[in-house]
Amino acid sequence: MDIVVTIKQVPDPDIPPHHFKVDEANKRIVGPPGVAPVMNGYDANALEEALRIREKQGGKVTVVTLGPDGARDTLKRAIAMGADAAVHVNDAALLDRGSSLTARVLAAAIQKIGPFDLVLSGRQASDTDAGLTHILVAEALGVPAVSPVSKLESVDAESAVARRAVDDGYQRIKVRLPALLGVSSELNEPRYPPLKGIMAAGRAQIPVWSAMDLNITDLEPRVELRRLYQETREARVELIEADSPAEAGTKLADKLREAGLV
Amino acid sequence: MAGVLIVAEAVSGALAPSTLELAGEGRRVAEALGEPLIAAIAGTNVRGNEAALGEAGVEQVYLADHSGPGVPSPEWTAAAVVAAVKQAQPSVVLISHSAAGRMLAPTLAARVQSGVVTDATRLRVEGDRVIVTKPVFGGSVLSEQVVLANPQVVTLRARSFAAAEPQPRNAAQSIALQVPEAAGGLEVLEEIREESTSGPKLKDAKVVVSGGRGLGGAENWHAVEELAAVLGGAVGASRAVTDAGWISPSHQVGLTGATVAPDLYIAIGISGAVQHVAGISGARNVVAINKDAEANIFKYARFGVVGDWKQVVPALTERLKQLRS
Ligand SMILES: Cc1cc2nc3c(=O)[nH]c(=O)nc-3n(C[C@H](O)[C@H](O)[C@H](O)COP(=O)(O)OP(=O)(O)OC[C@H]3O[C@@H](n4cnc5c(N)ncnc54)[C@H](O)[C@@H]3O)c2cc1C
Ligand SMILES: Nc1ncnc2c1ncn2[C@@H]1O[C@H](COP(=O)(O)O)[C@@H](O)[C@H]1O
Repeated sequence: MDIVVTIKQVPDPDIPPHHFKVDEANKRIVGPPGVAPVMNGYDANALEEALRIREKQGGKVTVVTLGPDGARDTLKRAIAMGADAAVHVNDAALLDRGSSLTARVLAAAIQKIGPFDLVLSGRQASDTDAGLTHILVAEALGVPAVSPVSKLESVDAESAVARRAVDDGYQRIKVRLPALLGVSSELNEPRYPPLKGIMAAGRAQIPVWSAMDLNITDLEPRVELRRLYQETREARVELIEADSPAEAGTKLADKLREAGLV
Repeated sequence: MAGVLIVAEAVSGALAPSTLELAGEGRRVAEALGEPLIAAIAGTNVRGNEAALGEAGVEQVYLADHSGPGVPSPEWTAAAVVAAVKQAQPSVVLISHSAAGRMLAPTLAARVQSGVVTDATRLRVEGDRVIVTKPVFGGSVLSEQVVLANPQVVTLRARSFAAAEPQPRNAAQSIALQVPEAAGGLEVLEEIREESTSGPKLKDAKVVVSGGRGLGGAENWHAVEELAAVLGGAVGASRAVTDAGWISPSHQVGLTGATVAPDLYIAIGISGAVQHVAGISGARNVVAINKDAEANIFKYARFGVVGDWKQVVPALTERLKQLRS
């Protein structure tokens, strides 16, 4: 089973909102100094699932990213977790130009990597919160997509059976391979890189591809980012004071009654 | 041709609440653009909604009735909506940011060679463009994005837009679409609804009691359920809880879960990460119980108790039982 996993490097999503700064002029986010970017969480779930499939069925796991120089660290982490190979698409002309160009770039890279049975992606990136790119990749590759996948029941050479979360429940979907799955966090717990993997990552050769290598000439974005800004929020909570937590619970009930909420 | 096209959904013979939100906002956008409001509806037994759509302000509806057996696959639904959009040539397409809409919107945008913005919380019209406010970075930052081509495809976050007030108007004129069964690669084997056994549905509940990782383990989860039961409310959870499997994913509240808008939202042992509070911006009164006075959830709360839920919640539940009996 040959699997490609799309991986994006993102600012750490656990940074509290008031530690982000927005550079409004350049429409960029400035994270706090010293906090390293991370592998997008759902992409880590996608990679973990790919590794588990390979461990059972054999084959090859290749990770691919479109990102700046620093994104190489995230590819190295993927290799340390167990990916067999990585591809870094890095070209100033291609960065930050929206999901539709990103998707065409990733699809071209996946095709250049070679024949595949599965593409695994995250259901969404924690910086854009868009949930678009992987579906657009599937469209560009002409393969069916299922997202968000909360459980993978089975995979064989012809097809996979996946659970897709829908409002109030889930669907069990059978999908013909090759296909793309957008992975959600319920699926698994991503592993920490073992020591052996960290050493492999140190030695890994990661090819860097440009727009030209991928024959991408149409660079027009389809969506324009006009503005990026922050709204601050002041606490206006009324804290219930009492001699003990239990008494606070009782007082809270009375408070809710007074306010007409219960 | 032009227009603002909403992708409507009907559940058991009535328009979905999210569809009324699409119609309410769609009509505003349509008026600003000077274009009609139209709709597409695809699924099983979708005929018969013309009157309700008309009352919500829709002038024309493209209907695709799924006659085949079983649940229509997402591919069939996408093909139906693409057919409607190709025929109507709308300048804007509005879709709910539901599980179905999240896949449909990019599929549609790709097939009609346009762009898409997801999970909008506000729309504003400038000339012939729709300026879309969309939270990013989990909700810590807001963006304004514009689709440069037509149709401008946008998904709308639930409970963020005022629903259409039905008014006596003509039924929407219907145009039938023939959509062949997709020969694609997807087959929905079954669809499982996880309605909670008791109490209201999470999304419609007037009271929601949610628990987080602070509950400490599945064995303590009953404390959340008991409080919800006393209040006749629904049970919600943070992603930490649904990922840990203490309760099924359909209870997750937040950016990648349900958007709720109850009168009362009680958060127990939830830190209030931006991605969680993204799902409760419509809640009228938030109550937080957390042992950490610095927890972010207190910024969103009207009432709060700083303390261990193990003491606070049983006393709260007990007192509420007395008050309500
Ligand atoms: C792209 C993305 C999407 C996401 N989508 C969602 C989403 O839709 N919904 C969601 O919820 N999360 C989502 N998350 C995860 C989110 O960032 C947080 O990790 C998650 O909400 C944390 O859950 P929690 O508050 O239960 O746990 P924690 O953050 O671990 O907080 C536990 C809280 O419990 C308190 N506590 C501990 N013990 C006690 C006690 N005895 N009594 C009282 N209080 C106690 C602690 O003080 C702490 O504040 C998403 C994350 C990403 C990156
Ligand atoms: N620059 C990128 N490089 C690699 N994968 C990406 C990139 N951008 C998006 N993706 C993939 O597409 C998914 C959805 O991204 P988004 O549409 O930005 O929410 C992510 O979880 C990734 O798997």
